[in-house]
Amino acid sequence: MTAVPDIEFRAVTKRYGAVTAVSGIDLAIPPSAFVALLGPSGCGKTTCLRMIGGFEQPSEGQVLIRGRDMAGTPPYRRPVNMVFQQYALFPHLDVEENISYGLRQARPRLSSREISLKAGEALAMVQLAGYGRRKIHELSGGQQQRVALARALVNKPAVLLLDEPLAALDKKLRTDMQIELQNLQREIGITFVLVTHDQEEALSMSDFVCVMNGGRVVQLGQPSEVYDEPADLFVADFVGKTNLLSGKVAGLSGELVDVALADGTVISARKRAPLSRGEAVSISLRPESLSLSVPGGGSLKGIVRNRIFLGSTAEYAIEVQGIGSLLARADHGIGRGSLFKPGEPVAIGFAAGAPLAFPQTKNNGTNQREDQHVEILS
Amino acid sequence: MPAGAETAFSMRGSLFRKNLLTALLLAPAALWLVVFLVLPFVAIAIFSVGERAPEGGYQAALTFAQYANLPARATAFWNTMVLAPVGAFACLIVAYPVAYYLALRAPQRWRLILLALIVIPFWTSLLMRTYAWMYILGGRGIPALLAYVGIEDLRLINTPGAVLLGIVYGYLPLMILPIYVSLERLDRRLLEASADLGATPLSTFIGVTLRLSLPGVMTGFSLVMILLLGEYLIPTLLGGGKVFFIGNALVDLFLQSRNWPFGSAIAITLVLVSVVVLIVANRISTRLSGARRVDLI
Repeated sequence: MTAVPDIEFRAVTKRYGAVTAVSGIDLAIPPSAFVALLGPSGCGKTTCLRMIGGFEQPSEGQVLIRGRDMAGTPPYRRPVNMVFQQYALFPHLDVEENISYGLRQARPRLSSREISLKAGEALAMVQLAGYGRRKIHELSGGQQQRVALARALVNKPAVLLLDEPLAALDKKLRTDMQIELQNLQREIGITFVLVTHDQEEALSMSDFVCVMNGGRVVQLGQPSEVYDEPADLFVADFVGKTNLLSGKVAGLSGELVDVALADGTVISARKRAPLSRGEAVSISLRPESLSLSVPGGGSLKGIVRNRIFLGSTAEYAIEVQGIGSLLARADHGIGRGSLFKPGEPVAIGFAAGAPLAFPQTKNNGTNQREDQHVEILS
Repeated sequence: MPAGAETAFSMRGSLFRKNLLTALLLAPAALWLVVFLVLPFVAIAIFSVGERAPEGGYQAALTFAQYANLPARATAFWNTMVLAPVGAFACLIVAYPVAYYLALRAPQRWRLILLALIVIPFWTSLLMRTYAWMYILGGRGIPALLAYVGIEDLRLINTPGAVLLGIVYGYLPLMILPIYVSLERLDRRLLEASADLGATPLSTFIGVTLRLSLPGVMTGFSLVMILLLGEYLIPTLLGGGKVFFIGNALVDLFLQSRNWPFGSAIAITLVLVSVVVLIVANRISTRLSGARRVDLI
């Protein structure tokens, strides 16, 4: 770990008047990684990206790019380039002029042969060779997206910043672009920092996910880590689907904790934070960690309310007396028995270690703030 | 296929109703334009190929003698052709920074107030405001004040500078508003994108801001320039009436010497020049902004 991080935040805080958008973030983004800043709207992820780009100045703390403090360095002197949310392509320039815009700003000046050569390479890289003379408004959304990518990458930035780049694309195109972005990142080998509120996108594309909430980094880790070992209740709930059950701590033994649910059932969970006896906790149970069987075994009993058959899997909504509705996902193998039908009673089991216990209090606060924020906006 | 035919028929019926409604809505404006613009224009066109009646006015004829006589007013044409673009340009130089500030720098809540402050003077007649400038620039105005601090014998009124000042003052809002609108519409992220791609603030201004506000600039420029082609009041009041413009020529020919055909020929020529200015301005702004269509006014 001797390598200088591409991007480093040191105790960065950003305030807009009385509102704190980002509070005290410490973050180091290793070189050549694909990093996603993930969080709900208003969590400060875009502000972080804009501070890297130089469009916002931190109120406190430092932002470093490749070890250099960027305080006072305007956007046009930073070795980063951004793909903007709605691409922000220049409407008065054609595709090639858009792409070569950054090259024309270079000092000492590049020869026009060099510029058109590099622009041509960039066009080919995003599979738009032959589109150079097109007007921007003649392109589809996906093509505009590629132009925006080429326009940023042609400058060979140290870090590429992507501000919700796929939000405006339809689902099919988005999936294609996700794969393409990943391939590009590996080919070029520079750091990509992607801002997104789409947890699936973050999990599927990035090497590291940085989950943010309420202006703070809640967890930084590999996608599987964030999914399997969420740092807190917010992450467990925000990343992927999960069932949240509330209960009280009935007993403690090492890493495990016994939790009494509302209906009196006691289940054993792994604790993700220090807990004390009697404390109110939430238990997170991923839908795929639940196993369904005919009544008899299992820890919980319920009745199938709804079934969504998805081909390789089936999702069940199961009503459990005294607890509420649980979501379960079961793999469906051909010839492996029939599916449960709505109205059928089932027993629900789960692997030991699958339930995670979190203290209930703190994060609810931030969640509520989030909700209020959204309300004000709408 | 009776069902299809019926649909086609009722569609034609609704289309007819739609057209009728459109026609009714447009009728008042169309009538107004025909009576007060098209008919007078036709009359002027007919006058321009006629002859002056001995006692003044118009006498039917078909001759291009009036047009052949245009060089007699070459000086007025020349003066106008200089005044209009120079005046419009001076207006532009003053208006652009104001529009830029209003659209991109002024705090949101102040914008409407500042815009109103620019427009409000327009509610008084241009004649009144120009008279006010006569006093301000005249012997008892600024020169008198300057005399207190020892600057004597400064002549402001009846100079080309005074005319330019009057023009800029009088036509400023017409230049500011279209430029403001085009700058207001400018996508701020384009400015960020430009900076992100390494452009200094100056290159961003020239390459993006100015370039994308050109439709507004051309609109303002052609508006002011066309109005200046017919302007005679400000030069008369603030310039001392020593230099003649087409506007002066028209007033003279129609009201004093009553040579309507010649005046008509000059008016027609002026209209043609205006149309050419509009077309050229439209072409330029369409080309430079890369827009598909430009609203000129």
